[in-house]
Formats: sequence, structure tokens, C-alpha cells
Amino acid sequence: MMVLKLIDPTCETFFSGLSEKVRLAPNFFRNAAVVLDLDSLPDAQDCDFGDIKARLRDCNLMVVGVQGGHRLQHEAALRVGLPLVPTGRPSRAESRQAAGQTGAGRSTLVIGDMVRSGRQIYAPGGDLVVTAMVSAGAELLADGHIHVYGTLRGRALAGLSGDANARIFCLSLEAELVSIAGLYRVNEDFDPAIVRKPVQIYLKEGYLCLEPFSPVGR
Amino acid sequence: MGQIIVMTSGKGGVGKTTSSAAFATGFALRGHKTVVIDFDVGLRNLDLVMGCERRVVFDFINVINGEAKLGQALVKDKRVDNLYILPTSQTRDKDALTKEGVEAVMEELRKEFEFIICDSPAGIERGALMALYFADQAIIVTNPEVSSVRDSDRILGMLAARSRRAELGQAPVTEHLLLTRYDPSRVERGEMLNVDDVLEILAIPLLGVIPESQAVLRASNVGLPVILDETSNAGMAYADAVARFLGEQVEHRFVKPVKRGLFSRLLGRPA
Repeated sequence: MMVLKLIDPTCETFFSGLSEKVRLAPNFFRNAAVVLDLDSLPDAQDCDFGDIKARLRDCNLMVVGVQGGHRLQHEAALRVGLPLVPTGRPSRAESRQAAGQTGAGRSTLVIGDMVRSGRQIYAPGGDLVVTAMVSAGAELLADGHIHVYGTLRGRALAGLSGDANARIFCLSLEAELVSIAGLYRVNEDFDPAIVRKPVQIYLKEGYLCLEPFSPVGR
Repeated sequence: MGQIIVMTSGKGGVGKTTSSAAFATGFALRGHKTVVIDFDVGLRNLDLVMGCERRVVFDFINVINGEAKLGQALVKDKRVDNLYILPTSQTRDKDALTKEGVEAVMEELRKEFEFIICDSPAGIERGALMALYFADQAIIVTNPEVSSVRDSDRILGMLAARSRRAELGQAPVTEHLLLTRYDPSRVERGEMLNVDDVLEILAIPLLGVIPESQAVLRASNVGLPVILDETSNAGMAYADAVARFLGEQVEHRFVKPVKRGLFSRLLGRPA
């Protein structure tokens, strides 16, 4: 079923933009059933679901329910006859609780060969471990952590689907670019003190931290 | 069964054709029956470097298309026994290289020759892919500069993923690094990557280091594989590399700058 992600329902251009979209493919959208996804709304945001429902009806879309979001928003939706649709993924509140225990139960992709220029490796839904060198021009992607037990010269993007707890570890940092949950830093902006050193990279209070590993026991 | 060797690099102008001609001649001089094939369809150069361009009647593409027999297209070298050249077409393009057609030619050559050298075009498109697809061994020609090293790395990745050996799950293609146009004095001044830098990035065994030499251009302009210029540094370095390929232990020469006396510094340039 079609899902419409609500980010800011007060935005004035939203409905005009949406009807423009619908006008491009009228047959595809005609009386289509739509579920509103509330995960991107702030918890305290009040929503006039009756109004949203009516305005979407003007765009030829039928709202049939909501998913995600906060309990108070669910109650507001129920009052105008919109049931909560199960999504099969944890609600935001649950995923926040689970965030402390990253890695558990995830599948891990292990690569034993050198990752050469031009190769792209993606570990969907889990961690990526490379036990060799990663060349410049190669790209590592993972929804979880990225470990490189060798020199990292290419790009490494961890937490690709938004996990801010993902980290990158490498034995020697010479990367072109590193990124966690969309925040990135390019080689030119690395502190020279950490280049060619064992480094871990993580997000702290919304900032990307590149931190050398100090030798064990010292 | 003959060994198929691809001479490849990714980047253009690094010395693939020069090296193909030198290796083919070097193998033949040592008594191994060798053929060298030009895969650069549309930019026919190998026959010029081998000095046989005026004897080309049929070419590789004619054989693939069944317009000529392999024996009609092979050009025998006049200077060295056991050496044959399979030139390519100047009027066609890389789409003429069909996998089935190339395979049929390779299988026929394997029966007759000990070494089949495939001179790859630059790039990573069809021509280069066809040149490396059937390879048993690969000689990666690299210049000591970052862009060339990067492209070589890319080609090594393709050998590991897209060669026939990789697709059939056989033993991987044997890789050799040939570092060409190496100028030890410029390396010493920090203007070029040194051997160790390149080896660290590419992580494959070093087959040879060919010094930058005016003999290369001179030889290619007169259609003489530079290995036949036995007085030149480049010729000697190629002879060493061929010996190493055949399993001999030969020390690397031409890696260190030559110490020159005052008079030679004042009077002239190196050979």
C-alpha cells in the first residue's frame, strides 16, 4: 500500500506539490489508498487528521490509516476514523530503546579479499567486516558498523539507513571520505594527526568524531 | 596447452603495446612459440610497433567473422623465429569482438602456441574486457604516478571478478606488476612514486621495472621491439623481466639513480 510520510503537515506548499505529482500520473493515483507515516513528526506535534484527510481527498487520495508516531497522535487519528496500521517495524519509541544494543542479531558481511578501486560493497541491515586493504576508489556501505582490518583508502559509509550509533573502525585511516548516518567528512578535512593511524569514527551529539585508538595497556 | 597472457593497465599511454611487443619477442628469442594479438580494434598500433604493418592482409576481426582462416591472418615476424603477430582491424570497432568469436580464436591458438599475448586497449569497456576475459596470467603495466596506479587497481579488481577464471570459479588469474617509464632520479626528487609506494597500493608481485628511455620511442618509430635494442636500458630491463616471468631469479636493475661523474654531467644526457 502507498505510504505518505508526513514531515511537516503545516507546510503550505505541501498539498500543492502533492496535487502536481498526482496530476502527472492521474490513473496511477486515482482513489489510491494511502497510509500516513508519522515517524518523522516530532512527538508533541498536534495534527488535524480530519483536515489532512479532506485535503488528500481533494487530490484523489483516500487515507485509510496511520502508522508509526506517538500514542497521542494515534488517538487523534482514531477520533476521525483512521485506525493504526501495523508496520512490522518497531515504532520510534521502541527503536530508541533498542538503540543501546546495536549489532545484536544483525547479519554481518565478511570480506576477506582486498577491495579494489571501483568496487562497491553493501552490507544491508548489518555490519561489514573487511579483513584486507580497501583501495582508493572503492566504496564500503553498511547499515551497521564498518570494520577494516587493513588500510582504508576508499570511502566508508556506515549507518547508511540512519543508525547514528554505527561506527567505523580501521587500522590505518587514509580514506577519501567517511560518513555515519549521512554526516560525512572528506580526507582534506581530516586532522593530519590521525591520518595513517588506527582510528574509530562515531557520532557524538550530532558531530562526527574521528578518534585514534591508543595502544592497548598504555 | 598454451598460456594466455593479457597485457593491461586501464590507463592509456603507459606502455602496453611496447611491453606486449617486447615480451612476445623476448619469449620467442628464448625459443617459445609465441603470438601477440592486438585487441585495440579501430586503433591498430601493434603491427606498427612490430614493424609488420605493410604485410597485413587479413586481421583478427576477419577471423572472428569467419572471413579468413587464422593461418591467413597470422603474420610471421621476419627477424625472430617462433614469433607471430595477429593484427587487428583499423576500420571496425570493439563491438566486433564477440565472446564466442574470441573464444574460438583463443582455443585454436592455444593448441599451437606456448604463449598467447593479448595486447589490451585502454579503458575498462568491451575491448579491455575481452582481452582479459580468457587470461591465465596478467601483466599489469603501470607508470609511477597516482592516476595510473589507481586505474591498474581497477583493472585488477575486474580480473578478480570478471575474467573467465573468476566466472567459472577456477584458480584466479596470476598477476604480475610491470612498472614502466620509471625514472630513478625523478623518484629521488619526489616527483614520482617509488617502487615500494606502488607495491604497497597494488599488493601484487613485481615482475620488472622498465626505466624511462629514449630508446623506446626510437624503437617504436622504426618498428623494432625495444627488447631487440640490447644496448638500451629499457631493452635490458625487458629481457630481465621476460627471464623472471619464465622463472629465473634476476636482480632488479635500473631502480637506483646512476651516479654520474662531473664530465658526463657537463657534457651530455644519459642514453
